[in-house]
Amino acid sequence: MLRKLLIALAMVAGAAQPLLAAEGASDPKAEFKAFRSYFTNRFPKLALDDFVNGPYSMDEGLRKQWKAIDEFPPYDFAIDKGKAMFATPFKNGKTYGDCFPNKGIGVRQNYPQFDAKSGQVITLDVALNRCREANGEQPFDYTKDDMAALTAYMAFTSRGKPMDITIPDDPRALAAYTKGKEYFYTRRGQLNFSCASCHVQNPGNHIRTEVLAPALGIMNAMPIYRSAWGGMGTTSRRLRTCNSQVRGVPLPGESEEYRDVEYYLSYMANGLPISGPGTRP
Amino acid sequence: MRTRTLIRLAVLASVAGFATAAVAASADDYKAAAAKADAAIKQAHALKNEWTTTGAAMKAAKAAADAGKFDEAVKHAQEAEALANGSIAQAKEQEKLWPDAVVR
Repeated sequence: MLRKLLIALAMVAGAAQPLLAAEGASDPKAEFKAFRSYFTNRFPKLALDDFVNGPYSMDEGLRKQWKAIDEFPPYDFAIDKGKAMFATPFKNGKTYGDCFPNKGIGVRQNYPQFDAKSGQVITLDVALNRCREANGEQPFDYTKDDMAALTAYMAFTSRGKPMDITIPDDPRALAAYTKGKEYFYTRRGQLNFSCASCHVQNPGNHIRTEVLAPALGIMNAMPIYRSAWGGMGTTSRRLRTCNSQVRGVPLPGESEEYRDVEYYLSYMANGLPISGPGTRP
Repeated sequence: MRTRTLIRLAVLASVAGFATAAVAASADDYKAAAAKADAAIKQAHALKNEWTTTGAAMKAAKAAADAGKFDEAVKHAQEAEALANGSIAQAKEQEKLWPDAVVR
């Protein structure tokens, strides 16, 4: 009897092991805790909510410049444009608001989401283009101003709301989270940098003239007006620029890898306030 | 004495000429080098891990070949192949190494 019981236990253990391996052994809750502790231990004097302000939370001089710039925020034009676009009906008479809960107001903190139907991560940008296509309109370029304006307006309506990303009880959702984590920590480009090389290992340090932002809360400010661009940029534009800066060929806007890394980083930022649209040097 | 010197010079000149002819690259040499580079680039593309410098080297190789400068073209194509192989090695190495960097 005891022997049978031992054999049965061994079989259960053997069956469970490949399952854990298939999931990449991710434990989002434990990783969230470790990620948060890493940053709060490294910057113990920084208020938790201040991490969303990126380089301005790391450098006093930059912070003063930012406060001065924000008296007349350079992203204001994008918010106005996005608001007008958002309210303008499509040719069929429907609007963006018809595609979102609460008519699209104050919902940015819930994106990205895992979509059970497609088995994919859906960012706010993708949801907006899905809305356009469902209503007979052409999708916008994920790296250009129209998408930046729409997401700037939607982020603005969510300002201060805590990021609230869920990973549903679905192995595909956990796999997407794990792929995002893998992308974040994988070195790439001729310079052999990962996202984490800058934003985990070196936040607050300079890379040439730039002060590196912490990874914690880095998605909360998206989209951003970036002085180096002289204009607005979407999350995809920022990720593509990061790739190029390490001499890696960027992926297409909102490619699976970019959506998954946004999912991972946004989950890590749960509870931190939306600060987008943001300004960056 | 003078004849012997002339013979020596002639031999040296012919050896030098032969050597030059031996290293001068042809259009076929460029095509072969470009094909090897293209194969490596395709592999890097499949791994979604291309380097921007690889494309730049291939562009330079093509420009040199178009101008008939095949030595230069071969050199750039070989550089592109080496860069593409570097990115392939990086991708394969990182498949194993990335978990070591995760914050725990």
